[in-house]
Amino acid sequence: MKRRGFDWRRMPEYRLLSIAALIFLYAPLVVLVVLAFNSNRVALIWGGFSTQWFVKAFGNEDLRRAAMNSIIVAAVATPVSTLFSIPAALAFERGTFFPGRSTGEALVAMPLIAPEIVTAIATLIFFEAIGLHAGLGNVIVAHIVFCIPFAMLPIRARLRDMPRVIEDAARDLYADKWQVFYRVTLPLLAPAIVAGATLAFVVSLDDFLITLMVAQAGSTTLPVYLYGMLRLGVTPEANAAATILLVVSVAAVVLSTMLARARAVKA
Amino acid sequence: MAVALKRDRALLLAAPALITIVVFMLLPMAIALVYSFLSPSPYGGVQQPFTPASWVRFFYDRDLDETLIFDTTYLQIFSRSIILAVLTTIGCFLIGLPLAWYMATRPPKMRSILVLFVTIPFWTNLLIRTYCWVLLLRDQGLVNQALQAIGLIKQPITFLYTDGAILLGLIYSSLPFMVLPIYGALEKVDPRLIEAAYDLYADRWAIMRKIVWPLAKPGVAAGTLLVFVPALGAFLQPDILGGGKKLMIGSLIQQQFTTSRDWSFGAALSMILMIFVLGALMWSAWRRRHPGVSV
Repeated sequence: MKRRGFDWRRMPEYRLLSIAALIFLYAPLVVLVVLAFNSNRVALIWGGFSTQWFVKAFGNEDLRRAAMNSIIVAAVATPVSTLFSIPAALAFERGTFFPGRSTGEALVAMPLIAPEIVTAIATLIFFEAIGLHAGLGNVIVAHIVFCIPFAMLPIRARLRDMPRVIEDAARDLYADKWQVFYRVTLPLLAPAIVAGATLAFVVSLDDFLITLMVAQAGSTTLPVYLYGMLRLGVTPEANAAATILLVVSVAAVVLSTMLARARAVKA
Repeated sequence: MAVALKRDRALLLAAPALITIVVFMLLPMAIALVYSFLSPSPYGGVQQPFTPASWVRFFYDRDLDETLIFDTTYLQIFSRSIILAVLTTIGCFLIGLPLAWYMATRPPKMRSILVLFVTIPFWTNLLIRTYCWVLLLRDQGLVNQALQAIGLIKQPITFLYTDGAILLGLIYSSLPFMVLPIYGALEKVDPRLIEAAYDLYADRWAIMRKIVWPLAKPGVAAGTLLVFVPALGAFLQPDILGGGKKLMIGSLIQQQFTTSRDWSFGAALSMILMIFVLGALMWSAWRRRHPGVSV
């Protein structure tokens, strides 16, 4: 019986489908970036290369304030959520069973599971009920909550993959528990902590819905401000502002991947 | 034997994260549940007395003489959202499975590059990704310009503000959530299994059905949840690509808190959505424990 050769590694149709899928993922982003550099005021007719819309976007004071708010929120939410998630990751991965542990794990995953709109309105209701009007503070608290599970993801994954024998060896060599943590566990965890912090930073920077509902006047972040801008119509200035945010997110993700990889090799 | 953290210390270590989530997430949800049983106050917020009116309103409309009439307005929005979320999941699966399979069969170096490629849009701002489609789908957008340039159409086709545009936006933004878990499952497939099957005269379909599919299944299950739940509660895609006219649950809830100022009804809607999501999660957990049952 003669059969057509079949190599599970080579499937030309899968290659084509995959290339098509990647084009589908990237084409819209490329279009945005290209149009942001379009000198024509009519956003969709090409009038030559220009950076004037970026200059205009940078000159927009409200836009600058919103960007500043975004950075402040992410700069506070990132370290706090990361610092909370390191011990929690250790407890879930290295701890013996403690009462309510699986409940605890489910609770920590809650911001990942609940639809964002539900989290957003629950947080809004809560702040109104307790009368918390702390401007940016409200936004920061909301961001810390949903950043925790993201910051914890890579740390838990790393702890799970890390052979425990390394820590055991340190203990055999008479390291006390703090020495084990500071000289063995923490350095080995470092790339995962960096990756987790980056995730938290990007997630905070990108959050729209929760911030939209929770933020009071004056404490809007960049995505919320952009949303307002886009509601008024497609403008080259909005394209430029969107491109800036796009580039920052992409740079953070690429940087974190490279950092995690570089340190993992060294470790 | 590894020394495990002692019970009290482990609890102490998890405390900051747990307390934060309980105080700022679980408690707020409980308050939202209470709010759903109160009456709306005209300027936002709620007032006494306790009443199930907001829940009743989901199914019934009040007539002029205060009789209740069964009203499907909100049920329609819910079923539209569910249908769109299901279609999004199916669309992501159809595009995602071949992509994940292709990624998983590349050499290791190529694999990590491809993972990075799929991850980047995943971490890119959702608002921006959705907005990009406005640039493409507008009447004067690139798709219409291209179609007119090649002479396929004379008048621009209205793509924006349709269910199709919302679906496209949902599939676009959810795709990485489907690809990455399936890839994660397929990456661990031992290629020797497939070669062995091939040696035993399994054809391509048999290999797919009997080896790849069972191994990919946990990834597909995870991906389905990761796509379905956010798609169900989506706000930005129906708002931007649907023009706010084609409501989904997410935009309906948001509206209750902004323009309609009916916090009680908004809270009731959120609780209904939450119950639905928890139901889906429990069903999937149950299925994982009882893999023999095929539904």
